[in-house]
Amino acid sequence: MFKRILLSWTPRYTLLALVGLFTTFPFLWTLSTALGDSGNIYAFPPQLLPSDPTLAHLDEARRAIPLDRFFWNSVWIAGWTVIGTLLISSLAGYALAVMKFRGSKWVFLAVLTTLILPSELNFIVNFITVTQMKLTNTHAGVVLPLLANAFGIFLLKQAFEEIPAEILDAARIDGASEWQLFLRVALPLATPSLAALGIFTLVATWNAYIWPAVVLQSPDEFPLAVGVLYLSGTFAAKTRVVAAGTVLTILPVLLLFLLAQRYFMRGLDGAVK
Amino acid sequence: MAAVQLRNIRKAYTRDHYVIPGLDLDIEPGEFMVFVGPSGCGKSTLLRMIAGLEDITEGDLHIAGTLANDVHASRRGIAMVFQSYALYPHMSVYDNMAFALKLAKTSPEEIDTRVMRAAQILQITHLLQRKPKALSGGQRQRVAIGRAIVREPKVFLFDEPLSNLDAALRLQMRVELAKLHQELGTTMIYVTHDQVEAMTLGDRIAVFNAGRIEQIGTPLALYHAPRNLFVAGFLGSPRMNLLPCTLDQSSPQGARVNLVGHHVATRRDAAGQAPGAALTLGIRPEHLSVVAGPQPGAIAARVDLVEHLGDVLLGYVEIDGIDQIVTVKLQHELPLGATVYLLCDANACHLFDADGHALPLLES
Repeated sequence: MFKRILLSWTPRYTLLALVGLFTTFPFLWTLSTALGDSGNIYAFPPQLLPSDPTLAHLDEARRAIPLDRFFWNSVWIAGWTVIGTLLISSLAGYALAVMKFRGSKWVFLAVLTTLILPSELNFIVNFITVTQMKLTNTHAGVVLPLLANAFGIFLLKQAFEEIPAEILDAARIDGASEWQLFLRVALPLATPSLAALGIFTLVATWNAYIWPAVVLQSPDEFPLAVGVLYLSGTFAAKTRVVAAGTVLTILPVLLLFLLAQRYFMRGLDGAVK
Repeated sequence: MAAVQLRNIRKAYTRDHYVIPGLDLDIEPGEFMVFVGPSGCGKSTLLRMIAGLEDITEGDLHIAGTLANDVHASRRGIAMVFQSYALYPHMSVYDNMAFALKLAKTSPEEIDTRVMRAAQILQITHLLQRKPKALSGGQRQRVAIGRAIVREPKVFLFDEPLSNLDAALRLQMRVELAKLHQELGTTMIYVTHDQVEAMTLGDRIAVFNAGRIEQIGTPLALYHAPRNLFVAGFLGSPRMNLLPCTLDQSSPQGARVNLVGHHVATRRDAAGQAPGAALTLGIRPEHLSVVAGPQPGAIAARVDLVEHLGDVLLGYVEIDGIDQIVTVKLQHELPLGATVYLLCDANACHLFDADGHALPLLES
């Protein structure tokens, strides 16, 4: 009996462990580089468990660049991007999913089409727009072009479409206006999708490099992802310090992701048979 | 209590096709009206038009004497119970029931009084703090009904409310709905495709077919005097036997028809029909009796199957020359393959002309 279980489970767990190792490998390598202090960091296979772990590089990275400032810049940019994206995506998604208006299919198709285009293609026009609006070198200039997000609109449209029409009908009969329907019925029922979109947006914005680097010129305004690269320029030889900066950059968002992942649960249990 | 009047109500989704091509109906104050019909016959669409969830393409809808065509669903004085319950999953039972009152800015004391009263009527007081996902199907349906009761509507609308329940619960809820109607005395409109629900709950039944009302009347009137073939075939379980025949002769005592060589006497007036005209003989299974041997008027048949339903014994028999199985309510068991003789009760025979209209019963 035990042998049979062992035989059937071993291949599964071996495969899962391999996939797990494969996906976490770059993170582990960065972590071991940041914490280690001896040996060749470019040796392959790399030494994943540093022989003499130290926090010295983390400390050095913290002292070399204004990490606190970069961190709050990141929080500010990512926070407003998440709030704005959720607001615009939920409003647009609700309108496209629930409200009937002429041409809604075409509008949705147009939104979807923008998904096909690589985001780099938008940089030029967005940069011109931001410049014309005199928003270069401001956080608003980084945030604003990211808010109307085709993926977010698509995700929330799907979420609102999954709400049974009878629940919305019941609320209409109960006297809910369209705003009350949106705020008190539809939005709470779309919480899992809102949480998912929030986390996707947070991770993407937190780790974004090119667009903030294009818009922002003053190091005082840099978010972590851009600021950490400063280490590379200043201490070209100290790869371990750059790795330490990277670890510090991803740590907050990693923790937040781990805490928030349970909100991905479905929220429609018991609504309808 | 409020009357509901429909005047030449029409509904079209496309420009040239009316799913409800023009319909008049008067529902009395306090009446329990049942809309029954097969799927896609327009009964739910009509209910949603009364509720204000579908636009009325043409015609007038009056609720309690007021033209309601353009009145918002929430201001029509109606409450609706849906087939899927449609409870708000993120709210407790109490909040589900209080939602409409909160939106109407009713005082918290009044909300509490009304919710507690409805909960007592439906015996769900102990469930008030639970979320819908922690309730059984029957409890959810009670909450849905409770949500309707707290609004103290002039008209209750039910859209197949018992369809998702199992058979035992359906029966129990049916009885409770009938009691609720007696207790509240409110006008109720109830949509179902289940004819047992229609027969047991309705003060009157409207039988729908393809967007039209085929017949309106009390359950027994519809059962005993269907106006046409559709109503005859739709109401009754097991359904009425509908057998093609021709008119033999018409007399003041009633028409006699020829059913594959057998003469069957009826009490129907076929004066307007020519001899030899194609008709349909309708006879319910309980109006066919099995006799021991051949006798005048008796039709020979072969037993195909016997079904025991506990209180009822149903026989399915074949008659030579008729391309369908005839259902008979039996008094006692019959061996399969045996030849039996069937007698039709002349008073209970229905005749339908070639257009499906019922021929009138002669006065005795």
